[in-house]
Amino acid sequence: MEVNEIIKPENLVYEKPRLMNENPMHYCPGCSHGVIHKLIAEVIAEMGMEDKTIGISPVGCAVFAYNYIDIDWIEAAHGRAPAIATAVKRLNPDKMVFTYQGDGDLAAIGTAETIHAANRGENIVIVFVNNAIYGMTGGQMAPTTLEGMPTATCPYGRNIALNGYPLKIGDLLAQLEGTCLVTRQSVQTAAAVRKAKKMLRKAFENSMAGKGTSIVEFVSTCSSGWKMTPEKANKWMEENMFPFYPLGDLKNKE
Amino acid sequence: MAEEVKLMKGNEAIAHAAIRYGVDGYFGYPITPQSEILETLMAEMPWEKTGMVVLQAESEVAAINMVYGGAGTGKRVMTSSSSPGVSLKQEGISYLAGAELPCLVVNVMRGGPGLGTIQPSQADYFQTVKGGGHGDYRLITLAPSSVQEMADFVGLGFELAFKYSNPAIILADGIIGQMMEKVVLPPFHPRRTEEEIIAECPWAARGKTAGRKPNVITSLELDPAKMEENNIRFQAKYRKIEENEVRYEEFQCEDAEYLLIAFGSSARICQKVVENARAKGIKLGLLRPITLWPFPKKVIAAYADKVKGMLSVELNAGQMVEDVRLAVNGKVKVEHFGRLGGIVFTPDEVLEALKKNFEL
Repeated sequence: MEVNEIIKPENLVYEKPRLMNENPMHYCPGCSHGVIHKLIAEVIAEMGMEDKTIGISPVGCAVFAYNYIDIDWIEAAHGRAPAIATAVKRLNPDKMVFTYQGDGDLAAIGTAETIHAANRGENIVIVFVNNAIYGMTGGQMAPTTLEGMPTATCPYGRNIALNGYPLKIGDLLAQLEGTCLVTRQSVQTAAAVRKAKKMLRKAFENSMAGKGTSIVEFVSTCSSGWKMTPEKANKWMEENMFPFYPLGDLKNKE
Repeated sequence: MAEEVKLMKGNEAIAHAAIRYGVDGYFGYPITPQSEILETLMAEMPWEKTGMVVLQAESEVAAINMVYGGAGTGKRVMTSSSSPGVSLKQEGISYLAGAELPCLVVNVMRGGPGLGTIQPSQADYFQTVKGGGHGDYRLITLAPSSVQEMADFVGLGFELAFKYSNPAIILADGIIGQMMEKVVLPPFHPRRTEEEIIAECPWAARGKTAGRKPNVITSLELDPAKMEENNIRFQAKYRKIEENEVRYEEFQCEDAEYLLIAFGSSARICQKVVENARAKGIKLGLLRPITLWPFPKKVIAAYADKVKGMLSVELNAGQMVEDVRLAVNGKVKVEHFGRLGGIVFTPDEVLEALKKNFEL
């Protein structure tokens, strides 16, 4: 059988999301960003909102998110995405607005912007990729780096006396009246991906229904920063990250 | 219909002018001596009249980034602060300049450095016209010397910002912000419609409609050859602004043998100095730069051939004087007089400084 005979609509089991373009991704093999990008592209397309969506990309590995999903984007200064999203949404209430941020961006330099946007209940979605490390700058300690976890700036492992505790910012955000959804998801298995997509869709729907701020945290890997194979990184995440950052809804207001 | 003359503070005039010029959004954070801008806007509730968004941000950093976001969608957005707060905004201002976004920033200057004082100063001249944030960029800088100009420059600032896709800044000081004067406010301009924004700002991130490429607002370009191209484009734009947008005012300069150069509130005081000097037989004139960048260097250079000396009078330790000296290029003696830390000079002090420096 020729390949052309196989490629028919009735044989279709999977296709690249319509909003993902052909640009080769700069992400490392095994990185969670690719899957999370794909889910965002799928949800926006399935909601039919591509002509109304504005994404705010961060500083960090996902700074170039705008190169991969064909929607309008604004690239933020480090940590400022929630402030930018606040104005974009308030000035354009009919648009669907989301930020895409890593742990350093959201939970270190951008903590004030994150907490205050969420506390005001801005009708935006915050996609939070937590891999407990600074990927783009070469694997330095993040606010979410686990105790004992080695990074370039805590080469002997995170020392609580020296560096303080890993920050459970999701738990903190769930306490705020302005948030309607705070959920912690992952994308290392097919089942996890399906569940994560469902919550992502809910978050985007909340933002258009004016319910307040929705935060979807993805507990993720960083094979390069963690210096592990993708397979080992997934296992390490399940064994070490999940006990400290347990998956599930921290808050889900109906 | 007779003009409607009102009495108000410079800060209040900015707020009322913003509503009347059809501004889409204001994002601010309280700091003396400019808090009346945010207070007036909140009291006026323009969201009920024109749909203008007004928001008190959690910090100056957040406020300028809100401006960056709003400007990225093509909206007419502004922020205001005073010196320490404007220092915090420099990151965002650099990003706005790098992404070539139009917006209006207002700095009602106070004395520094550091927390300094809440009294008026002009010590942020360098910060405003020489950079402030990182990278090679310029801000269109308007220096009002009256409450009327506080109102007028809101319109002018947005006009220039959108004409050149570049941030503009009103560089006022605590005197202009706090003093009350009569002012004629602009008539009400409606805010632009969605269609008008798309026509004026085809680059804006407003949701990717079918048939066009995604609009991406960014200042990032990792390819140095392309980043150099971007910078060359910025510089070409800045040369165009320098060519077309210089603004200044001359006061009794025609027969002047000596010239005061002063902007903002200093220029108001210097008008009195000119009157007093002329009463004593000294032929003194005043040249007031209205745009601090682009700086009126050509007109100042032309006066270098006509006058015996120039005194740059500023509420700082000598900042604009450097640009005056660059303009005259050694042709005539240029001196500086200033008071520091929030102290404002009297006309007598300025005249004494003139006499002393030029042995009159």
